[in-house]
Amino acid sequence: MISPSTATSGPDIAFRKVSKVYGNAEGGFVALDKVDLTVSRHEFVAIVGPSGCGKTTLMRMAAGLDFPTSGDVLVRDRQVEGPGPDRAVVFQQFALMPWKTVRDNIGFGLKCRGAAPSEIKQVTDRYITMMRLQGHESAFPHQLSGGMQQRVAIARSYAVDPDVLLMDEPFGALDAQTRLVMQEELVQLSRVNPRTVVFITHSVEEAVFLADRIVVMGRNPGRIVEIIDVKSLRLSERWDELPIEEVMDLESFTHMRTRVWKLLKDTKRSTAA
Amino acid sequence: MTTLSNAANATAPKAARRMRRRLPGIGESLVLSLAGFAILFGGWWLLARSGLVPEQVLPGPDAVLAEILHLMRTPFAGSTLQMHLLSSIGRYLMGLALAVAVGLPLGLLMGWSRRVERAISPVFEALRFIAPIAWLPFATLWFGTGIGGPILIIFSGAFPPCVINAYYGAKLIPTPILEASRTLGASSLRMLTDVLAPGALPSIIAGVRIAAGIGWQSLVGAELIVVSSGVGYLMMQGQTNLSTAVVMAGMAAIGVTGFAIDVLLRLIESRIQKGALA
Repeated sequence: MISPSTATSGPDIAFRKVSKVYGNAEGGFVALDKVDLTVSRHEFVAIVGPSGCGKTTLMRMAAGLDFPTSGDVLVRDRQVEGPGPDRAVVFQQFALMPWKTVRDNIGFGLKCRGAAPSEIKQVTDRYITMMRLQGHESAFPHQLSGGMQQRVAIARSYAVDPDVLLMDEPFGALDAQTRLVMQEELVQLSRVNPRTVVFITHSVEEAVFLADRIVVMGRNPGRIVEIIDVKSLRLSERWDELPIEEVMDLESFTHMRTRVWKLLKDTKRSTAA
Repeated sequence: MTTLSNAANATAPKAARRMRRRLPGIGESLVLSLAGFAILFGGWWLLARSGLVPEQVLPGPDAVLAEILHLMRTPFAGSTLQMHLLSSIGRYLMGLALAVAVGLPLGLLMGWSRRVERAISPVFEALRFIAPIAWLPFATLWFGTGIGGPILIIFSGAFPPCVINAYYGAKLIPTPILEASRTLGASSLRMLTDVLAPGALPSIIAGVRIAAGIGWQSLVGAELIVVSSGVGYLMMQGQTNLSTAVVMAGMAAIGVTGFAIDVLLRLIESRIQKGALA
């Protein structure tokens, strides 16, 4: 099922015929082949696909860290020309500055903007509380667990008040338990603080639990295989009212998970052939 | 001291064994380096005393020490030894500061931006093989005996290690940290001060320490020719007066000061590294 755009306002992110070719045009590797995708305001889109399908490249293009060979990448109707705090990125490796404290890491974006110290204090306080980092304000990243480090990175991204959050396997480096906790926290966070999110993941479960829509990608060439609507199912089955472990036990959830799994399997088989 | 207080509860032979086992640590290296000095000064003293070499050519360590004390009280070649030294250090600090101020940002930018690297690298690689002393004729033509000459020469010695270490330090900063900083809105200047410099700090410190050493060595070379004060100038005047003692006093002053600079920078280095680990 390919869901029609449910946007009530214009799309926050639009990929139009985006291609990325490495090497020369004929013999080159086609990382992305004329990908079209739009993400609406405050929509949570998860992208799943095998390694080499170009999902990270797609996200990096929205971030302004990578550029298409052809096609357009628009964020809020403006061509992406480089990185900026309107599009915050959460990296798998956390990418915190080891020489800055938790508070200074979270406040870095505000400092770059030239915010007053009082404002920086106020905003960082809010996110330190929201991400349950109280008591660790003066700690350095290496003194924290992986889960806490990623909470700092997420807080840092939210602190610049971005239009768009781009997450590249943010929980990929965490252990299974921490991962569950973080997934639940992210859902709560995005309920309090709705943002347009593009979320890259290897975990189908994570995608089904978090996303409004799941984009399944295939490789060789990198392309979108199918886009699945999860939001309507979540709303009708009232997933939001249950804790994560119970949601993952629901028949509606496991059905959806199996469906995405099958799509991914077919994708891999078709590339192998 | 701790060994002695511990030994109070233990039997004496045990304590003695412990002491002996301790010796190969800091104790032994201190003894050995003192032995090195003893051999140097002892040999020198014996050679000077033996009468094989005339005293005018090789004054003994006692004579050099006496000369140092004399130079500290009586002006030679315009001023006292410590004033010459002060004038050298002043020049040195200016040249070093200039090399650090230009070299570090340049190296950091080269390590961060492929474009800057490609633009600067070839020029830098070509220029850095011109030894500091080889800049002397050029410096003399440009600045005569002014302050610019020695500063240019110190700069040419201290600049490359600053650039190279800042460059490698910046290269070692993980790409995601650089990318994250950019996506958070860091300007190029902010990248330099808040990301590249602290990220490359350990490498930068090591580079500045190397630069300080080379700079000090280059300085004396510069002073031999293009100035009218400083330790190098004092030594040249000593040579003209055929006073080996004055020349050697100057050498001693250079060695001791260079050593002191290095010890100071090592202290700062370990202080910063401890701070970074805290």
